[in-house]
Amino acid sequence: MTAYLLRRLLYAVPILIGVNLLTFALFFLVNTPDDMARLHLGVKRVTPEAVQKWKAERGYDKPLLFNAGAAGLAKVSDTIFFRHSLAMFAFRFGASDDGRDIAGEIKTRMWPSLAIALPTFVIGLAVDISVALILLFFRRTYVEWTGVVALVAMMSVSSLFYIIGGQYLFAKVWQLAPISGYQDGFNAARFVWLPILIGVVGGIGAGARWYRTLFLEEAGKDYVRTARAKGLSEARVLFRHILKNGMVPILTGAVAVFPLLFMGSLIMESFFGIPGLGSYTIDAINAQDFAIVRAMVFLGAVLYIAGLILTDVSYTLVDPRVRLR
Amino acid sequence: MPVLLWTDALIFLLVAGLAGFAYLVRRHPHLAVPWRRVAADPLAMAAAVVLLCFTAVAVLDSLHYRPALPPGPNGEAQYAAEVNSVLDRALAVLVEHQEKSYSAPFATRLFAKEAISLPDGRTVRDYPRLAWGGAHLADPDRGRAGDIAGKAGLGLALGLAAWLPAAWLVRRRLAAGGARRAVLATLLAVCLVAGVLAVLAPYYHVFGTDKVGQDVLYATIKSIRTGVLIGALTTLVTLPLAIGLGVSAGYFGGRVDDAVQYLYTTLNSIPGVLLIAAAVLLMQAQLETHPDWFETGAERADLRLLFLCLILGMTNWTGLARLLRAETLKVRELDYVIAARAFGVSDGRILTRHILPNVQHIVLISVVMDFSGLVLAEAVLSYVGVGVDPGMMSFGNMINGARLELAREPVVWWQLVAAFLFMFVLVLAANLFADSVRDALDPRTRSRT
Repeated sequence: MTAYLLRRLLYAVPILIGVNLLTFALFFLVNTPDDMARLHLGVKRVTPEAVQKWKAERGYDKPLLFNAGAAGLAKVSDTIFFRHSLAMFAFRFGASDDGRDIAGEIKTRMWPSLAIALPTFVIGLAVDISVALILLFFRRTYVEWTGVVALVAMMSVSSLFYIIGGQYLFAKVWQLAPISGYQDGFNAARFVWLPILIGVVGGIGAGARWYRTLFLEEAGKDYVRTARAKGLSEARVLFRHILKNGMVPILTGAVAVFPLLFMGSLIMESFFGIPGLGSYTIDAINAQDFAIVRAMVFLGAVLYIAGLILTDVSYTLVDPRVRLR
Repeated sequence: MPVLLWTDALIFLLVAGLAGFAYLVRRHPHLAVPWRRVAADPLAMAAAVVLLCFTAVAVLDSLHYRPALPPGPNGEAQYAAEVNSVLDRALAVLVEHQEKSYSAPFATRLFAKEAISLPDGRTVRDYPRLAWGGAHLADPDRGRAGDIAGKAGLGLALGLAAWLPAAWLVRRRLAAGGARRAVLATLLAVCLVAGVLAVLAPYYHVFGTDKVGQDVLYATIKSIRTGVLIGALTTLVTLPLAIGLGVSAGYFGGRVDDAVQYLYTTLNSIPGVLLIAAAVLLMQAQLETHPDWFETGAERADLRLLFLCLILGMTNWTGLARLLRAETLKVRELDYVIAARAFGVSDGRILTRHILPNVQHIVLISVVMDFSGLVLAEAVLSYVGVGVDPGMMSFGNMINGARLELAREPVVWWQLVAAFLFMFVLVLAANLFADSVRDALDPRTRSRT
């Protein structure tokens, strides 16, 4: 097990290097620091001195890959690639374009993001599974048919409409929740319940449909027929047999996305003014702050790979037939 | 002077490809079998009718031209700088009917009060009459309801009249059954809605007007092309990449497989929205610094749309490539492939004659399944600020422009409702059709039912 984990961690290194090279190529080769400076200072009427000054302030005035002017190791280390790209492996994200420390921002903004993403995920999982099970219970009846059509219809509504509609009804018309804002600690509940509710309702369409196909696949297997032939009640077959076995792919799938919850939700957070990582990213995109976008891309990749490893580990815990070597 | 934008060329290519594929399916009975299952599904056929209507609008909106101006002093031909489409020409009456600002659906007066100077020199603050909406009415406050009802009735009659020949054609071409009834019913609904809109739209703003007084119905219809393009072109432009890499990884194995797997794991590990955002930001900066790439604003918006499709595709192809790799791994061990190899058939020929035809259902399923998701993604990306050009009419831009108006009192709701209705119908039709295609083409679901 330890050997397996170690090997998986080593596999992650080339992938992260790939991500790193990709972001480096995108942000420094395709779009040179000069382009960035001109974008920030305005395209027209910008003096070369202003561009130089902008680059120097942010440390972008160094050579890209190889610094011939420096001595010894500094030939390699005193470059943009080393300072701004490789440094991310040590989680040194540097400063954003307005001069604030990105790593510090991430640490404080992670918690509001989690306060919304985690409950949305857990409650959403429970609701989706329940809906899928109910549909399975009423198999080949009008309840199932209407339910499935309703799920497709719910899936066809853009997530933006769920948010706009929910915010309008609950916060503006009925005034049950503040329209936007956030407070730390227990006061947070007042602000987060509406985004959570909207997130759960908006996810039912796609989620319940997905779990329904999983359960249907399970329901077609031989052991289910045997259980029915034994004379077990439908409810018992559903909960003791289908649900229990269906939980294996569900749990492992849930573990895979678990680390990514830290990244928060871009749209939900910006609509409700939650100071999380999602709104941080969206603000960076709107301000064209490449340093933050670069850091978030790398962080997202790290969390994704962590999710993959966790999935493999969770397989061994849930399904005793799987052994990792 | 006709203008061929990049996306126009691609959409025509797509339509030609679809026609070619339909011809191929008709010629080969074994290919036609699953499609007959789709044709027998009432829900799928109803959805197909709706999708065809949306596609027709998109194609009409892709026939671009620059209107001719009066000849110059030396008699040479001159053309306007703006690029119009055939659809713009058909909806010219909507383009012309420009109001000052917001007005509600079927309104005859503006949404906000303004200072009006009366003929006797006094000024009062009141809701001014609209320049076009209900302008034909002598007394807007009394005659309106009756007028609307009468015009709607006329529209229904027109719609019915248009439906009858179409229905006759459908009855001749399709076999009797639930599917034909569904097609007829959907056609009737489409004809009636189109008839009512066609009669009412020249006299009223059916969906109201937006902030700059533009008819919302026009904006919604123009948005259809953007949505359909993003849904269809994105998969199309990256299909060669996904098929090429996925199939060769599965077929050749070894180093090729390792390289392809590494490539898509790396791309996959970056959260989709962020990768798209990063790429779009860079594309924006590139377009900003190279104004010499395009002549007109339309070309710029078009180039941006094309790049957006490419970028969306870059993050999307990995899923299809992975599925194709897995399926190819299975197919290449089948007896007929081994036999072909034993006979000394070349790799290229095995791939095109034996592997590709047997994995094509996966490609088809993925293309139709991705469509609706991409239409929805456009709206979200436009909200994030990395979608289509802000000057281009799209569902995302409509929603984005309208959402802040919900804070007004009273609420400006009609833009959101119009965008919601059209987008919902498009995505729902795409979802229902995709489900049916998947059920018919996927051997796994086929055996279960």
